Amino acid sequence: MDVDGSIEIDADRCIGSATCTRLAPDVFTQDDDGVVELLPGGAAQADGSLVREAALGCPVQAITVRVG
Amino acid sequence: MSPTGTRSSEVTAPAYPMARECPFRMPDGYDRLRTDGPLSRVTLYDGREVWLASGSAEGRALLLDARLSVDVRHPAFPALTPQFAEQSAGGFTPPLSGVDDPEHALQRRPVIPAFGIRRIAALRPEIERTAEALVDAMLARGDRADLVPAYSLPLACAANLALLGVSEEDGHYIGTRSRRLLSPAAGDEEGAAQRILDEILDRLRAVVARKEQHPGTGLIDELIAGPAAEGGMDRDQLVALCMVLMASGDDSTSSTVAASVFALLAHPEQLERLRGEPESIPGAVDELTRLTSVIDVLPRVATADIEIAGHTIEAGEGVLISLMLMNRDPGAWDDPDALDVGRRAGRHVAFGYGVHQCVGQNLARAVTETALSVLLRRVPTLRLAVPVEQVKANPPYVLQGGMSELPVAW
Repeated sequence: MDVDGSIEIDADRCIGSATCTRLAPDVFTQDDDGVVELLPGGAAQADGSLVREAALGCPVQAITVRVG
Repeated sequence: MSPTGTRSSEVTAPAYPMARECPFRMPDGYDRLRTDGPLSRVTLYDGREVWLASGSAEGRALLLDARLSVDVRHPAFPALTPQFAEQSAGGFTPPLSGVDDPEHALQRRPVIPAFGIRRIAALRPEIERTAEALVDAMLARGDRADLVPAYSLPLACAANLALLGVSEEDGHYIGTRSRRLLSPAAGDEEGAAQRILDEILDRLRAVVARKEQHPGTGLIDELIAGPAAEGGMDRDQLVALCMVLMASGDDSTSSTVAASVFALLAHPEQLERLRGEPESIPGAVDELTRLTSVIDVLPRVATADIEIAGHTIEAGEGVLISLMLMNRDPGAWDDPDALDVGRRAGRHVAFGYGVHQCVGQNLARAVTETALSVLLRRVPTLRLAVPVEQVKANPPYVLQGGMSELPVAW
């Protein structure tokens, strides 16, 4: 589990689709094994609508965005 | 029509699959499925009725639901065609695509790194060199070509072979056979599918044996050195996994490239927009992949009752999830049947959804993006060599939107 502010990712569920890294490349990346990682500080300056779209688009719902 | 027949049922549950005429348009009959609601009933070739999901939210929910199985050995698993039923009856269970979790997750995990974005980025220069060489050859041969055999198919195959670490010769032998399995000729004699499958598996056993002696660099070499060496995967499992990886990326990616080029040539204003802004190609590829949804239907079987959208899918019932209809759900997309290369389409489900989503999608995107950018740059006068109406999708089998020819000129 990796948490940055309002964004939480579950790397154990990740299947490497890269949906999130393409929709919000300032927030998400992949490690050398093709598994999701949060970019340091990315969440702070992220476009909220893109992050929500990445969470919605994630095929295994490995991204949680907490509101408020 | 039989006087005591099931006329009312025929009226409510149309025959499925429905042939797609134009590669980037919905088949006749899809409009009705779309207006009939997110879940409707269709009739398969053997007379059996199954559910068909067309709604974006409902399809996603079903593709995340562990009560739906991909196991073709389940006696109630819906077969779209008699050929598909024959192949399933042969007892071959494809790794990854035909296996449920938790076993599926164990098969998938060692495959993921090779398809990660860093590794695919490293492969892009080679994909681009291949695309350039194919265009060179095409231009040298004259002023027209069939884009599928001349460009989209060899490019998709070469990229897949490079990633797997398989030679062109082995790739050709296996590729021609696996494409025949995925789109069998109508006149194939009984048992042909089993014979072709055996030929593929024999050749892959030889490929694996050679690699064990002389390791190379590719996904198959990684599987030999990793899970196979560590005892997590026996030889038969490894060979079957290699077959699925070899067979899944050729036609699907080639058809997506061909259908994308065709859709652009049929929408000159969209093509012009893209020529003016080549940096928009990745976004346009999302939109073209959404619109063409080359692999349309994912079949599943319910292993428990599922309540959804006011219906009950009962245990043992077949469920078909239409990715094309999900990608054209007016509740999820504005003006869903229109091609708009500027649309934010990254959340489309043309690669599927849930744990079984296409493992090769990052490679497929890299190939499609490269194919379009090289072709548009190198052949600025590209046009269709026949009227739009004459370009057809293949008859429905696994790839409902498959394309085996696209006549172009320049």
